[in-house]
Amino acid sequence: MLTLREGEFREGVIDLLKRSKTMLILVLLVLVSLGLSGCRERPTVYVYNWGDYIDESIIADFEKETNMRVVYDTYATNEDMYVKLKSGGSSYDVIFPSDYMLTRMIEEDMLAELDLVKIPNAKHVADRFMGLEYDPENKYSLPYKWGTVGILYNTALVDDMVDSWDILWDPKYSKEILMLDSQRDSIAVALLKLGYSINTLDPDELAEAGELLKEQKPLVLAYVVDEGQDKMIAGEAALAVVWSGEATNARMENPDLAFAIPKEGTNLWFDVMAVPKDAKNKDGAMRFINFMNDPEIALRNAEYTGYAIPNEAAREMLPEEIREDRTIYPEEEDLAGAEIFVNLGQTLSLYDRIWTEVKAH
Amino acid sequence: MKRSTLFPYLIWMVLFIVVPMFLVLYYAFTVPTESGATWSLENFARFFEPIYLKVLWRSLRLALFSTVICLIIGYPAAMVMAGNAFERKSVVLLLFVVPMWMNFLLRTYAWLTILERNGVINVLLANLNLPSLNILYTEGAVVLGMVYNFLPFMVLPIYSVLSKIDRGVVEAAGDLGANSLQVFAKVIFPLSLPGVVSGVTMVFMPALTTFVISRLLGGGQFTLIGNLIEQQFLVVGDWGFGSSISVVMIVLILLSMAIMSFFEGEEKDVALW
Repeated sequence: MLTLREGEFREGVIDLLKRSKTMLILVLLVLVSLGLSGCRERPTVYVYNWGDYIDESIIADFEKETNMRVVYDTYATNEDMYVKLKSGGSSYDVIFPSDYMLTRMIEEDMLAELDLVKIPNAKHVADRFMGLEYDPENKYSLPYKWGTVGILYNTALVDDMVDSWDILWDPKYSKEILMLDSQRDSIAVALLKLGYSINTLDPDELAEAGELLKEQKPLVLAYVVDEGQDKMIAGEAALAVVWSGEATNARMENPDLAFAIPKEGTNLWFDVMAVPKDAKNKDGAMRFINFMNDPEIALRNAEYTGYAIPNEAAREMLPEEIREDRTIYPEEEDLAGAEIFVNLGQTLSLYDRIWTEVKAH
Repeated sequence: MKRSTLFPYLIWMVLFIVVPMFLVLYYAFTVPTESGATWSLENFARFFEPIYLKVLWRSLRLALFSTVICLIIGYPAAMVMAGNAFERKSVVLLLFVVPMWMNFLLRTYAWLTILERNGVINVLLANLNLPSLNILYTEGAVVLGMVYNFLPFMVLPIYSVLSKIDRGVVEAAGDLGANSLQVFAKVIFPLSLPGVVSGVTMVFMPALTTFVISRLLGGGQFTLIGNLIEQQFLVVGDWGFGSSISVVMIVLILLSMAIMSFFEGEEKDVALW
């Protein structure tokens, strides 16, 4: 305990305060001068992206070419990113929301319009990926990556033809199935199997999907997100629901793996680049988005991440076995039954409830 | 110490303990409406649906099970360490503490690779021509993770109390004709009760509220109360329901602490640490 007498103690505190005050002023001076010089010389672009979703050498190249500084942060889910931006206190210049989250942010007036004059490379984006429902005039976003949800399976462990979501309910593969621990994606799988829309607002259809997922639970080995890819590469499970880009990577590591988009349909998804309304360096943000759409850069990024890119000029430069692989780059006729997620507004709470019940079951 | 020196602590406690507690209570007892929020017991009514009571029961069962296993393993270990016959007690103590220097998440991830279908254990079993085990993603794996992570919290308080027992008391019991079983049952164990109570509390509570262990080693299949709360706040965003579960948990923990202090009895003069 304290052995100082009270007088000594008080003097000590005053002394400390005096000294720390001087220190504080010094520190502040240094910080302010640093900050000022930083501002004058190199503007900074704050980028907020999904984890492991870019070839990071591209960031260094951007800094070299534009003489701007990039501060790069990552998040794990759309909801994380949304909550962080909504609660304020942080300011980013470029973000990468998914389709339905973009719509929600547009509706809540959280985004700035893109200045397409400053993004000439936008012309490389294939026409079929422009003007989609989540941002009909591309006022707020340009697509970054796109893909589907399908079944990654191990051909050494699965003899059946994998072309339907039904296989995930086959008792033959009990404890060999990995599902996504992600509510909209997993409920979508059940809705697709039932032949309903993945954006359904009908409580009965949703209840039916919930029952189906509860029924499936004894067959499921685990509900995972990031570990799924590693588990499949290691041969720990026979079937897994994954996003298409994950499948590309996994197949390179383990040649026994194959990927199928089931015939009932899939979720066609887009992760896009957008600029928050309160971004401090909008000009830098436009330059960053333009840089990412440069065909050479987009190509490098596609090769690193394994995800499909909407940049047509870059796609043409990809090796043929990737470019023509219709599980990675499905054609429009392959996507006949595919739907894009729509922001659900209030009905989302019904999805929440069903997923909570499935997990608690 | 003067009252004024306590002031910073008071502010700290009000800001970071009392205010958040009231926020939790507020969210638990209100539901959002068009114009703000109204008082309601709706969140609690939802918790008492069978599906969530099952989750509560599963959490209590697994936590209790883990605590009992920790006690069965931990008590003898603490006795051996506290005994005079044992020379290298500081080394063993260190061995119990060293894993705690490593990140808890990392230690739990390590179990994933050990328990996997093609993991360390099954490779060993295969080499010995024994059938393989499927432990990962079962309730057993969750209990294993809890016991592994929380065992030191059981051993250390018991060891601390046991090593402070006056040898003279034990010798006196022997001199008066008690055999070693009687010495243990009538002298050593009653004197070590405060350590046991403290150990049980320190294992039971984190085991009841954990969500990482059940998620990683249970594969997201064995939803515990901690997972339910985490999901409400981080995924679903239903703060009202999440808060009401938290309130139920607080009540449960207060209850179990009351039961514990009843067992602790009057032997408060034995210092724990």
